[in-house]
Amino acid sequence: MSKHTITLTVNGNEFTREVESRTLLVHFVREDLDLTGTHIGCDTTSCGACTLLVNGRAIKSCTMFAVQANGAAVETIEGVAQNGDLHPLQEGFWEKHGLQCGYCTPGMIMSAKQLLEQNPNPTEEEIRWGISGNLCRCTGYNKIVEAIQYAAAKAREGQTEAGGEEASS
Amino acid sequence: MSHLDDRFEHHTPKPEGASAKVDLVDEVQIKTPPEICGMGHRMKRKEDPRFIQGKGNYVDDVKLPGMLYMDIVRSPYAHARIVSIDDSEALATEGVVAVIKGQDLEAAGGLHWMPTLMSDTQMVLPIDKVVYYAQEVCAVVATDRYIAADAIEKIFVEYEPLEPVVDPHEAMKDKVIVREDKEQKTNHIWHWEAGDKEATDRVFSEAAHVVEQTMHIPRLHVSSIETCGMVANYNKATEHMQIYMTSQAPHAHRTVFALVSGLPEHKIQIISPDIGGGFGGKVPVYPGYVCCAVASLVTGKPVKWIEDRSENLQADSFARDYHITAEMAADADGMITGLRVKTLSDCGAADAAANPSKFPAGLYSICTGSYDMQAAHIEVDGVYTTKPPGGVAYRCSFRVTEAVHMIERVTDIMAAELGQDPAELRRKNFIREFPYKSPTGWEYDSGNYEAALDKAMETIGYAELRREQAEKRARGELMGIGISSFTEVVGAGPSRDYDILGIKMFDSAEIRIHPTGKAIARFGTKSQGQGHETTYAQIIAEELGLPAADVQVEEGDTDTAPYGLGTYASRSTPTAGAAGAMAARKIKAKAKKIAAYLLEVGEDDLEWNVDRFQVKGSPEQAKTIQDIAFAAYTNHPPGMEAGLEATDYYDPPNLTFPFGTYICVVDIDKGTGEVKVRRFVAIDDCGHIINPMVVEGQVHGGLTMGLAPALFEEIVYDENGQNLSGTFADYLLPTAVESPKWETGHTITPSPHHPLGAKGIGESPTVGAPPAIVNAVVDALSHLGVKHIEIPITPEKVWKLLREAGVTD
Repeated sequence: MSKHTITLTVNGNEFTREVESRTLLVHFVREDLDLTGTHIGCDTTSCGACTLLVNGRAIKSCTMFAVQANGAAVETIEGVAQNGDLHPLQEGFWEKHGLQCGYCTPGMIMSAKQLLEQNPNPTEEEIRWGISGNLCRCTGYNKIVEAIQYAAAKAREGQTEAGGEEASS
Repeated sequence: MSHLDDRFEHHTPKPEGASAKVDLVDEVQIKTPPEICGMGHRMKRKEDPRFIQGKGNYVDDVKLPGMLYMDIVRSPYAHARIVSIDDSEALATEGVVAVIKGQDLEAAGGLHWMPTLMSDTQMVLPIDKVVYYAQEVCAVVATDRYIAADAIEKIFVEYEPLEPVVDPHEAMKDKVIVREDKEQKTNHIWHWEAGDKEATDRVFSEAAHVVEQTMHIPRLHVSSIETCGMVANYNKATEHMQIYMTSQAPHAHRTVFALVSGLPEHKIQIISPDIGGGFGGKVPVYPGYVCCAVASLVTGKPVKWIEDRSENLQADSFARDYHITAEMAADADGMITGLRVKTLSDCGAADAAANPSKFPAGLYSICTGSYDMQAAHIEVDGVYTTKPPGGVAYRCSFRVTEAVHMIERVTDIMAAELGQDPAELRRKNFIREFPYKSPTGWEYDSGNYEAALDKAMETIGYAELRREQAEKRARGELMGIGISSFTEVVGAGPSRDYDILGIKMFDSAEIRIHPTGKAIARFGTKSQGQGHETTYAQIIAEELGLPAADVQVEEGDTDTAPYGLGTYASRSTPTAGAAGAMAARKIKAKAKKIAAYLLEVGEDDLEWNVDRFQVKGSPEQAKTIQDIAFAAYTNHPPGMEAGLEATDYYDPPNLTFPFGTYICVVDIDKGTGEVKVRRFVAIDDCGHIINPMVVEGQVHGGLTMGLAPALFEEIVYDENGQNLSGTFADYLLPTAVESPKWETGHTITPSPHHPLGAKGIGESPTVGAPPAIVNAVVDALSHLGVKHIEIPITPEKVWKLLREAGVTD
């Protein structure tokens, strides 16, 4: 199996590693970088537990090769809180009981993060479509929707107060 | 933004959106202030900070030095003889450490077979034949996940295909014998009955109205988003086996492992870390677990095995698969008089259901439901087919979902027969006196069915919806309203009747209070998302006045937690939650003695007030639980043991019987046959509520898991026994788009026998929702002559019914 040297930034830190061409990005992140917050749920791009951001786009990392992320900026759930402060989405999921077993939660938060960056004021229907690539078996989604609404409201509040404490890193 | 340390603020004392008209049966009682956060507070979950930051610790996150990886070769046939297995090419591959076959397990002490939870046997790895598609054939151990996956392609198994038997009715004819290893050459496993046959037949012979319906509750899969897996770490020097396992019942699994492997039980430690959803699928012991443990024993190294989704869907335990014929009798006044049910239970290739041992059909005989009737008789037959073994819960207490689906469907069919409104037929026939002895032998602890029905009808605006439906029907539009007034039975269970492999179904709690008034509490259950770290802490806060934030709750490590039977069948609150309350009361009894000593008064002079003992009539003379805890280690009464801790093994006197009424409104697209759930109101009664926010979350989640089998999910096999639902592209879990905005509410009818008056909630919605949805769809199509539709109600099924009835777009 051929190997490649890749360099990428993950949560703002640069890494250079040698990987097999077939190594999946999710395995690279979890096993080479020990960032185990990104989960694996279906292996077929269906469930979204492995969602992370590549150059700001939500990607299901179980069907992307690590080599395809060469040169990219990757953000995982571990990079979402900044300087000990929870991101409004993390706060919202906690405040509104947007999680139960927690397994889908990192992927759900990463998809919601992309959604709010593209659409800071989504309707309930837009939120539901925005996370429709992420399966949750525990919550029935009501409280996930509320969590994202909470985060959207909080982020708008934060921008008017602090002049924009931007979530994107 | 809140800082990470700012974790236990903001508790709203009353539920948001509580009904303006709050009467006695609705109000959540709160006895403690927010800083203590006992029962009734919407406390934010203590477990969440790690999950929202990606710091959970699930089995696949465990990484040990020198760890090997295991993968499994699976059968491409549902029924075949194994002629040969050639593993030479795999073994010659760099990085492959071992291949484990059935013969190896046999040589290791007969480990190629294992007992199931129902005292049947199941193959771990086969020697002569396979009996279901995707059955484990052999396991490969390698230095890397990818090398192991490659190596399974280098193992060549020669099969001689045999005829499969996929349909359980065919299987009953015994033309193809699934289990040739058995002395009796038949696929029929067991016959089970409940109720009084003669009395039931008599009631039916005298009935003015009888309706009959056959229905299939199809095979489902729990599909927790985390699949199953294990890291087994055997230390040859200490002979200690440490196991990280996706387990809903780690203590029971330790005992099973000890009995099956011969390893001494004190040398086995099972750690069930964070679990990514269970729903019953992590109760059984699967062959992969045994292979993984053996792989570590053989290699002396840690071995990780994590299923992929297809393996999970194709080979792990299924749920449901009941083929039911139900008859209901009523008198001329529309009073239900009897129920007669025959059911065929498709068990797959082993009876590996996760039921209490004496209940091969689980608690299915709860099927007389919420209705008072004279007689009932239930028969169930279990049969082998060449499909994976199972019979797990899918978020349900041992076959209660099948029971509720059946009774709620036939009740609607009876309402149609009588020309009555389904709400009124239900109301007329409700059980009204509790405790109630059912014709199949259950003693319902408490209920107020009419209150839940009334509240649901009022919330959704039932009368107005019926008017809307009539108008729409006149315009040719399809709208339906469906009701389900279910009764559940949960919290197994009393030791006289309930055991698993002989182990009684008690559960346990151990509380230790530290000198500074903080505490650790350990339980025999294991949360898989239910929020035990929070709700158990709230129970202790309620009982002892210790702030819930000061109580650390631990579960899942068999070396530290007290023995218990685990979390499934909504049993955690009824059993371990009760044990927590009882252990706290033991501590309180000792605390009272210490307080009396410190205050120099008699115990009778003291009264409890939220978090302290105070002298009756002079409350300024008081000792808080924290004062008492400190004294227990620094200044305890002479002659008394130091310390402040207690353990309780709680054996419930009865099961608990949560109930509720759900009403669903659907609109049907005439062009596509698509069913859209427009509104869904769920009024649940689970007795006293520990944390209303957590209860709402449980109900929402259960409702989506009830929507799923009603409209989307089914494990399908072709005529060869091949699984056609092996990915999430084929087995359709509802997303946030299909799942409606659930409207929930509650009534409160405490359980008279539970120490907290609580009943359990996690599964009621999965049980109650499917018939409400089906009843709504049938209601929408009833004027076209439709009386019943099998689940899942796919657009294709509805489209065909519409076309048959001459309805076009």
